[in-house]
Amino acid sequence: MTLQRTKSQKVLRFLGNNTVPILFLVICAFGIPLSGYSTNYLVSEVVVRIARNSFLIVSLLIPILAGMGLNFGMTLGAMAGQIGLIFISDWGIVGIPGMLLAMIISTPISIALGLWCGKILNMAKGREMVTSYIIGFFMNGIYQLVVLYGMGSIIPIRSSALVLPRGYGIRNTVNLIGIRKSLDNVLTIKLFGVPIPLVTFAVIALLCIFVLWFKKTKLGQDMRSVGQDMEVARAAGIKVEHTRIVSIVISTVFAGYGMILYLQNIGTLNTYNSHMQIGMFSVAALLVGGATVSKANIRNVFLGVILFHLMFIVSPMAGKNLIGQAQLGEYFRVFVSYGVITISLVLYEVRKKRDRGDAGQLLAAEQGEAE
Amino acid sequence: MNEKEAPLLEMRHISKDFFGNQVLSDVNFTLKRGEILGLVGENGAGKSTLMKILFGMDEIHQTGGYGGDILLNGEKVAFATSIEALAAGIGMVHQEFSLLPDFSATENILLNREPLKYTVFSELFGERLNILDREKMTEISEKAIKRLAVPLDPEMLVSQMPVGHKQFTEIARELSKEGTGLVEGIKLLVLDEPTAVLSEQEADSLLKAMRLLAETGIAIIFISHRLQEIIDVCDTIMVMRDGKIMKTGPSKGVAIPDIAKWMVGREVNTSAIVHRVFDYENKDIILALRNLWVDMPGEVVRNVNLDVYKGEIIGIGGMAGQGKLGIPNGAMGLFPAGGHVTFEGKDIPLNSPRNFLDAGMAFVSEDRRGVGLLLDETLEWNVSFTAMQIQEKYLKQYLGGFFKWRDQKAIEEETNGYVKQLEIRCTSTKQKAKELSGGNQQKICLAKAFAVAPKLLFVSEPTRGIDIGAKSLVLKALRKYNEEQGTTIVMISSELEELRAICDRIAIVSDGKVLGILPATTDSAEFGLLMVGQKSEMIDGGSV
Amino acid sequence: MNTQNMISSVKSTLKSFGLPRIIIGLFLLLLFILAPFVGVNIGTSLSDTLNRFGMNAVMVLAMVPMIHSGCGLNFGLPLGIIAGLLGGTLSMQFNFTGPSSFMMAILFATPFAVILGWGYGQLLNKVKGGEMMIATYVGFSSVAFMCIMWLLLPYSNPTMVWGYSGSGLRTTISTEGYYLHVLNDFFSIRLTEHLTIPTGMFLFFAVLALIIWAFLHTKTGTAMTAVGSNPVFARASGINVDKIRTLSVVMSTWLGAIGILVYQQSFGFIQLYMGPFYMALPAVSAILIGGASVNKATITNVIVGTFLFQGILTMTPSVMNSMIHTDMSEVIRIVVSNGMILYALTRRTEATR
Repeated sequence: MTLQRTKSQKVLRFLGNNTVPILFLVICAFGIPLSGYSTNYLVSEVVVRIARNSFLIVSLLIPILAGMGLNFGMTLGAMAGQIGLIFISDWGIVGIPGMLLAMIISTPISIALGLWCGKILNMAKGREMVTSYIIGFFMNGIYQLVVLYGMGSIIPIRSSALVLPRGYGIRNTVNLIGIRKSLDNVLTIKLFGVPIPLVTFAVIALLCIFVLWFKKTKLGQDMRSVGQDMEVARAAGIKVEHTRIVSIVISTVFAGYGMILYLQNIGTLNTYNSHMQIGMFSVAALLVGGATVSKANIRNVFLGVILFHLMFIVSPMAGKNLIGQAQLGEYFRVFVSYGVITISLVLYEVRKKRDRGDAGQLLAAEQGEAE
Repeated sequence: MNEKEAPLLEMRHISKDFFGNQVLSDVNFTLKRGEILGLVGENGAGKSTLMKILFGMDEIHQTGGYGGDILLNGEKVAFATSIEALAAGIGMVHQEFSLLPDFSATENILLNREPLKYTVFSELFGERLNILDREKMTEISEKAIKRLAVPLDPEMLVSQMPVGHKQFTEIARELSKEGTGLVEGIKLLVLDEPTAVLSEQEADSLLKAMRLLAETGIAIIFISHRLQEIIDVCDTIMVMRDGKIMKTGPSKGVAIPDIAKWMVGREVNTSAIVHRVFDYENKDIILALRNLWVDMPGEVVRNVNLDVYKGEIIGIGGMAGQGKLGIPNGAMGLFPAGGHVTFEGKDIPLNSPRNFLDAGMAFVSEDRRGVGLLLDETLEWNVSFTAMQIQEKYLKQYLGGFFKWRDQKAIEEETNGYVKQLEIRCTSTKQKAKELSGGNQQKICLAKAFAVAPKLLFVSEPTRGIDIGAKSLVLKALRKYNEEQGTTIVMISSELEELRAICDRIAIVSDGKVLGILPATTDSAEFGLLMVGQKSEMIDGGSV
Repeated sequence: MNTQNMISSVKSTLKSFGLPRIIIGLFLLLLFILAPFVGVNIGTSLSDTLNRFGMNAVMVLAMVPMIHSGCGLNFGLPLGIIAGLLGGTLSMQFNFTGPSSFMMAILFATPFAVILGWGYGQLLNKVKGGEMMIATYVGFSSVAFMCIMWLLLPYSNPTMVWGYSGSGLRTTISTEGYYLHVLNDFFSIRLTEHLTIPTGMFLFFAVLALIIWAFLHTKTGTAMTAVGSNPVFARASGINVDKIRTLSVVMSTWLGAIGILVYQQSFGFIQLYMGPFYMALPAVSAILIGGASVNKATITNVIVGTFLFQGILTMTPSVMNSMIHTDMSEVIRIVVSNGMILYALTRRTEATR
């Protein structure tokens, strides 16, 4: 026996399940005309953001598959990527080889950090998200210790463009001129006047194909099992803890690569800030795309990047045109980013409860017949 | 069948005790190829322990192993793990489903045993980067499902399946293990209450599937409390009671009342408690349940009507999972419930424990650790908390009651009183509840309920998980409280003899409904019949 | 008592005290011992530590009610801080000066704290089990939302708004002339040239701590502890769990509001906009350092934790700087505070269910 739902209940359910993307569509629908930007400008900006951010966001998918929620610990990967970039900048290796080398350097660091992070998260089952979030902060301290105090003193860094005048520690901003847009500019075509970095897109496509393929592997299947019910998976002989750690390691490594891709597009590294913000923005974008804490796919990534960054691009201008203060728009977009994560987390928890409540309705309905 | 051939399975003189508590003694039976053995017995008769021994579960090894021998095809075996048992061809389907909701039947059947297709990445990163061979998976699962001859769609998600199909998925999983690296061929299947959650139709097709399997030579041990099924499908019936085999014999010609008689009638150490005759003449109904439904997972109550008379002790019995526990939990408001509860003529709104308590009822939960106690707090807190919150006991009031200060001295006195009265063993009343033994924790739960001086007390499984000495103490305390304070007691228990020992009448719940109410002095075979869903003429509805 | 008994009792005391606390305690002791050798004035350091203790203790105290009711660590402290900021700014807007401005700030902050806390509590009741993550983001979003509000709200006191546009509050506003040091200077005792005890601030904290301590001994306070210890038990005892939890959240939010006002009167500035953003983390780690866990906390935990945490924050920069001429205090702060939170989150023993 199933519960019959009326049409209006169904509509409500659809709206409820897609609250966040719909909310964003509305914001964008108001914001775009207010900002006064041309379509062409907006499209090319969004294309840039897709190329820049989607790799990072895709790195969040695998821990969700394994039921570990949003991996706020992706900042760890971002740190590893940045360390790779600092080294290649110091060694003066430019272009694609530089990027590749940065990736190679970042990989073992990402793996080590991912292993550690995964172990800690296994100790905090049921509150992975808040723990991974704090891990990000904790590691930021260690990162500062290494980059601000270790580099140039213990770890040899020669370039004076990198090292602070006091003789050790990396400067606040590092110019990544050597690899700036080196991937984006390999092959760019113009479509209706919008430049499209084909190679970057190819790399992202490759990653998406990897994720799709990965879901079909035994490991992917194991992660789905672990994500649904750790105890059942364990009873079937799946190594639950190990599988969870692997998912975090993969996510961290990809986040490292994603960060390198992101920074090659931007061209400058904010040594002590870039990685902290990127976690929040990636998570927010994914959620805007309609993902939840327990379910996310590639469609969510792209829808999310487009909607989230449209809002991001238009809000300062819209704020200026509406109130006369660009600052307002900037605060607004920060508010929306955090607000979106809050709403998504709340909806996720509420929905979990609602599903449990359905069983009772069924019994009541049955009783109604009996009476 | 060839009689000279060694039996597939033989268990000889199996015995087992848990720390001196004998749960199995001298169990002997044999099982031939293709035979279906029906294993019946009350809860706690030793059925599951016997199966655990067969499968070499950790629980058995950790508690000192077992006595006696297990012979498989005439050879002595002792499995260290259930994987070894499986390798020898013994599969088990547990009572609780071990299925993943978002996976299809096929994916669940082949969970962690998926056939793989080679990819290059596996050279680098190990086997787990091979991809799943979906075609082969479907093939294997279809083959396994085919053997059951049931209409189970291999691509259907478990979350969308009716319960019956979930059960088939579980059985198909065991069958699909055949011919893999794990096991050559399944020779013996143990099905633990597979029909408990099924509708009649579903159960029928399951029984058919079992017969089909048996015809291919697989022996089946079928544990069930639906006796008609046992008689219909089994070749042999084995009845256990108190860790002993009461009866083994062919199912032909056996009638349900016989089995019921063998099953119940367990001896309980209640010598100290004497039966009393409760006079129902001129007694008011203190509590009336009408059309009560309760959504308590695993203990669903469907349509219960029950009258409780002032001053009596009424027992509610029945098999596990039939809904007897749902009644107090729903009436109290701990689980979503509907219907009507009338107490002393007043309607008590459901789904709020406060209304229940304010009306003068109290509840001792079967889930001591989860519901009954504040494990991290002192005994004083545990005993006094409910009474303090509901009846403002143990409080000093200042500023006209605006400021209600905890009266430590009163709390201590009260707790000490109960510690003496109920012989609670503890170092002091400041001890944390989690540090006490099960029996003493139970007494704390009783003390908590006594402290509110209820007019009616629900007691759920008061002797679960406590030793015999404590058991009779708890039962005596309940009877004494009933007699001295005149408190009506509704006691829910899986142990019929315990109910028979202290109750005046006993209601038997099956499938979420009250099947019948009998005086406690009724012969236990009658109760046995009721429990398995059979009504005899003696029973008439809700009156005494 | 024989020696063996003593050893075991010492051991159990140490165990209950917890290894991280001992390490941090010893580290702080070491810093105080080292201080004179590297030319740091003990008096100044101690005075600083005491002062910072007073500044932060109320915000750490704000953790207690929510931990007691099982809502977990109050990562949503910024919400309370916002109520405090509204109170403070309103009191200045209406030109209250001196001690009365502090009183009025508390008075103005209270309704905001109650309303915000009530809503926040309702929200947390809907997301039981996931409180901490959501609390974090409620804090963040509310700070971001208030950023917009600080720009838009019609404040007009010239000491508060941007000089050039005449509207929109400044990022930092001096409390001088308003409630600067109203508590610090209240009966403050000057022991030596360098060592001053901010008596008023301590007294204020003591009063609040006493109120919370007393509250936990009342009927409702008992219910709150029980809700945190085992919510199902509490429900079965007729407690309205949601109501008690909401009450605890309101209390925590209100204490957060008072906490930031105490902080500002000593610090001298009101920090608006992104100022309250990360204020929850130090308070959370302080109470954890003091020995609290995710669902158990006492006033002692508050006092010990705040002292240790603020002690380290004060001592590391001065001592380390003099020793190795490097200011690593920021890094140490991040590692110690977040490490402590991680430690608490990964401990399994916190609740026996």
